Amino acid sequence: MVHTFKMFDKHIALDVNSGCVHVMDELCYEIINYLNVVGLSRPVNETRFKLIGELKHDYSREDIEEAFEDILDLYHNGMLWADDDFKTVSALKKDAPVKAMCLHVSHDCNLRCKYCFADEGKYHTERRELMSAKTGKLAMDYLVKHSGSRRNLEVDFFGGEPLMNFDVVKEVVDYARELEKKHDKVFRFTITTNGILLDDEKLDYINKNMSNVVLSIDGRPEVNDRMRVRADGSGSYSRIVPIFQKTAESRNQDNYYVRGTFTRYNLDFSKDVIHLADLGFKQISIEPVVCDTETDYSLREEDLPQIFEEYEKLAQEYVERRKSGRGFNFFHFMVDLEGGPCIIKRLSGCGCGCEYVAVAPNGDIYPCHQFVGAEQYKMGSLYSGELNSELREKFESCNVFTKEKCDGCFAKFFCSGGCIANACLINGDMNSPHSLSCEMMKKRVECSLYAKAALAE
Amino acid sequence: MKRIKTLNSATLKESACKGGECQTK
Repeated sequence: MVHTFKMFDKHIALDVNSGCVHVMDELCYEIINYLNVVGLSRPVNETRFKLIGELKHDYSREDIEEAFEDILDLYHNGMLWADDDFKTVSALKKDAPVKAMCLHVSHDCNLRCKYCFADEGKYHTERRELMSAKTGKLAMDYLVKHSGSRRNLEVDFFGGEPLMNFDVVKEVVDYARELEKKHDKVFRFTITTNGILLDDEKLDYINKNMSNVVLSIDGRPEVNDRMRVRADGSGSYSRIVPIFQKTAESRNQDNYYVRGTFTRYNLDFSKDVIHLADLGFKQISIEPVVCDTETDYSLREEDLPQIFEEYEKLAQEYVERRKSGRGFNFFHFMVDLEGGPCIIKRLSGCGCGCEYVAVAPNGDIYPCHQFVGAEQYKMGSLYSGELNSELREKFESCNVFTKEKCDGCFAKFFCSGGCIANACLINGDMNSPHSLSCEMMKKRVECSLYAKAALAE
Repeated sequence: MKRIKTLNSATLKESACKGGECQTK
């Protein structure tokens, strides 16, 4: 499968199965599109003859023959229309141990963000709740016990707002460090915060103990303060920007992300990314809201043309700033064409429900942080010790090849079949990806490949 | 001018990690 697209002055072809990205002149682009329709099963001379007949009004015979030979050369070298022989690999992930955990240390929050999938921290339960140190330590024991031969383990402190239970965060980290020595493991800690309680003392601790920190902010003041509000309705922008800037600088502009959400209220979200870049942030991520479609701010299919245009604008600015030495990283434009994840990971994605689990404050275990509170997806409990192995196997067997919709999609090895939580919670089926997310993902892949092409000049 | 420039130096199978120790918000 070869996907072709034009963006600004670039003609680009992505060979899906080899992962090769080709930038070309218009003639080659036309020939590849022609061959995408007629195929390469006919004798080469016959195809060449027909091709010349098709394009002779716009190009010379010599040019057509030369371009055709270049394309054939790539085809014979497995870099165009390469075979898909990854299906056998997809079955290799069996009985994978747990290696990552999202620890919900706080189901309480000091903000009332309107789009929060965590229901303002309560996760659709009747009460706000903080995780005890006992449960946190039990979670670390569980992770070590179920990690098999994996040495590197990840724990993400999440909420709600994890800084509302910071003493427990510190106790859990200390306990895990003891387990490292006993069991020859290496823990990597990360934390997400809205910044309201972030001060110099906590920042110092985070910088010493957290490999990565996610700082939640949506962009321009009026955009942020429309959605990210305190209990009294006031905005959070003026409180969080100075401490976030300090955090970014104290981490040498690395190993952090400012992370925002865009909604129907700010479809011009490229301006929010640029605003964050202008504030001095170098690691930026702005993601589309996924929420109840009944809300005013949910994204709809009719919004896609504007969203696509915004991603293109952003790609252009991203390239421009990089070329002029004022570059920033945008999470989705960071494609690695020279290495990238192993094939198994490309096929299966995040590993939620098997390699990755989330633990609620009461010790209940869920496939990932987005499932927390959805009772039908509860997998077990730290306290009872039981684990729903049938549910676990379902999640483990889910991959690009079990999703019919992914079969003909050019982005499948970049997105790994999309977010399973979105598929389950929106479509009720883990093998039915959320189509709006798919469309945006495809556009982001195109933009990221355009940026690669433009920066390779 | 070369008509086609390939941005990768190797295919997915050749270049991707031959590898669960990688990172898994």
